[in-house]
Amino acid sequence: MLKIDNLHATIADKPILKGLDLSVNAGEIHAIMGPNGAGKSTLGYVLGGRAGYEVTEGAVTFDGKDLLDMGADERAAAGLFLGFQYPVEIPGVSNVQFLRTALNAQRRARGDEEMSAGDFLRLSRAQADALGMSMDMMKRPVNVGFSGGEKKRNEMVQMGILDPKLAILDETDSGLDIDALRVVGDGINRIMRKPDKAVLLITHYQRLLEIVEPDFVHVLAAGRIVRSGGAELALELEREGYGAIAA
Amino acid sequence: MSDVRNREAHDAAEKAATYEWGFTSDIEQEFAPKGLSEDTVRFISGKKNEPEWMLDWRLKAYRKWLEMRAPDWAKMQVPPIDYQDAYYYAAPKKKIELASLDELDPEIRRTYEKLGIPIEEQKVLAGVAGARKVAVDAVFDSVSVATTFREELKKAGVIFLSISEAIREYPEMIRKWLGKVVPMHDNYFATLNSAVFSDGTFVYIPEGVRCPMELSTYFRINAANTGQFERTLIVADRGSYVSYLEGCTAPMRDENQLHAAVVELVALDDAEIKYSTVQNWYPGDSEGKGGIYNFVTKRALCQGRNSKVSWTQVETGSAITWKYPSCVLAGEGSVGEFYSVALTNNRQQADTGTKMIHLGKNSRSTIVSKGISAGRSDNTYRGLVRVGPTAENVRNFTQCDSLLLGDQCGAHTVPYIEVRNPTAQIEHEATTSKISEDQLFYAMSRGLSQEDAVALIVNGFAREVLKQLPMEFAVEAQKLLGISLEGSVG
Repeated sequence: MLKIDNLHATIADKPILKGLDLSVNAGEIHAIMGPNGAGKSTLGYVLGGRAGYEVTEGAVTFDGKDLLDMGADERAAAGLFLGFQYPVEIPGVSNVQFLRTALNAQRRARGDEEMSAGDFLRLSRAQADALGMSMDMMKRPVNVGFSGGEKKRNEMVQMGILDPKLAILDETDSGLDIDALRVVGDGINRIMRKPDKAVLLITHYQRLLEIVEPDFVHVLAAGRIVRSGGAELALELEREGYGAIAA
Repeated sequence: MSDVRNREAHDAAEKAATYEWGFTSDIEQEFAPKGLSEDTVRFISGKKNEPEWMLDWRLKAYRKWLEMRAPDWAKMQVPPIDYQDAYYYAAPKKKIELASLDELDPEIRRTYEKLGIPIEEQKVLAGVAGARKVAVDAVFDSVSVATTFREELKKAGVIFLSISEAIREYPEMIRKWLGKVVPMHDNYFATLNSAVFSDGTFVYIPEGVRCPMELSTYFRINAANTGQFERTLIVADRGSYVSYLEGCTAPMRDENQLHAAVVELVALDDAEIKYSTVQNWYPGDSEGKGGIYNFVTKRALCQGRNSKVSWTQVETGSAITWKYPSCVLAGEGSVGEFYSVALTNNRQQADTGTKMIHLGKNSRSTIVSKGISAGRSDNTYRGLVRVGPTAENVRNFTQCDSLLLGDQCGAHTVPYIEVRNPTAQIEHEATTSKISEDQLFYAMSRGLSQEDAVALIVNGFAREVLKQLPMEFAVEAQKLLGISLEGSVG
């Protein structure tokens, strides 16, 4: 589904990713772990298509198409979802309005019919319920006045509504207490653990991986994948620290 | 030759892509002789069969105007205006007094159809069941060409007709109120308007009547080199209520055109007037060529106890906007509100705001201004809150927010506060922000195109004001904000 080949990327001419290779197939959950400054968030932004992140070398294909050639909105319409480490506030725009506009923009781009207001409301209610978010919150402006945990939960509601093929989740576990972590982790499993979907979990810690069990774990250090393994690699990292493994 | 024509066609198509109301209607029109003189004033008055007192009033204003100078205190650069190089009256040649709407010139009818303005009652009636009715006064250049739902309004006792007709049919009321809120000598443009005003709307809501439908006037400038000087007067008698909407568009032309309107509102005891404007005059092209000069004086007199006037404006058009819808809060416990969204793009300039003049005890006012600047435009909020010495327990709340798109535009906030009574409570809040990369990327990563993302964020910014608009207008205004910003980012 996603194939990253020798990816090099810079921010303001500073090299961050230096030859990253990664292949993700449908039905797989991959965890990317690594120390601060290794380039984890940069990887998410580069894949999401954020301006200011320049790819200097390498290629990325998504379902066989050149991902790097697509705008951020086109990537979303193609089925890519980026969960933000710090979800952004949009004052005056309700969650419901935001998501309905987004969903219908994606559907239009794919040549599908727009979803009716009634169907959308049912869909958003179901997704909000599943993540323990009230409809009252769905009607509030996007992320405005939300706690850290509520923002992350809201990311999962968005993912549930937009129903992507590939989710790249950037430190979705940061700032969550144990209960919230459980809700968010269950959400990921429910929405994304399907044969035709895949997840790239970017995280620092093992604790989310106890709920969302990865098929593969990769260690990202200094802009490259330095080691890959199964779920047991995360435990080893937790025990030994990055220093020993990345070295 | 054909190259030139191709280029013109290309330019026109390009312009039309961003200002879809910019077409011209081909209609036989009658003009006053070009230029401005006492004869012009007499010509206009004569065309309208006005009584002697009206002509005298106009001439007095004209003579006054000759002694006045254009204001220069606003933060605007206004090229010199040659008042002799314009027409002050343009009217469709077909007779103005129509027995029924069927007699309306089909070309004018098509114009309003293209603009989406319902001037045929049956069309409104044939609309979706439960849709609210809106009565329309359609002003085309210098004259009112159609006023709908008059009969139905008449049953409720509401007077809704063009001001030209009102001068003939209700002279006592016009003499009583015309120029009472905005005096003839008020300012340069208001005085000019008093001399040459061509048409506009008169509304009277009788005591205790809640107007059964929204009233609206739709202004269209069509003729070239013609100024539009409309005059609107709304009087809400005791305990009455009316919601009034105003919309405006004009063709795209390379020369500038002057629009100098005067709007006067009077609210007696316990009366309420809600006045909403969506101003979308042609703003000029991306280099600032052409566009309307929108120099407008709007003022309300809250004369009665507990009277209330609420101004809501969405200003996206015009090359230059100079406009301060104001409230004189004379009545005890009277309430003034001003909700404004002013959007400027390319080379547009806007200097707009309000004046809340508190004279009555316990009078209250609320000001919410949202300025959006893009391109190389300049956008200024200028507002005055004044509390007179005998006005006890006055309260005002002001919030001015500016949103910047790009780094070549300007946003300015100039609040004046003059308080001469120590019991007053005045609050002022102001913010300036930019649309952030974070917000844009977040919205785009969910599937919105860049333009849709900008439109969504801007609409969110303006929400507090947009929600004050009647629903149909709010939808139009939302779209307008998006369209007006096309091409401003990226």
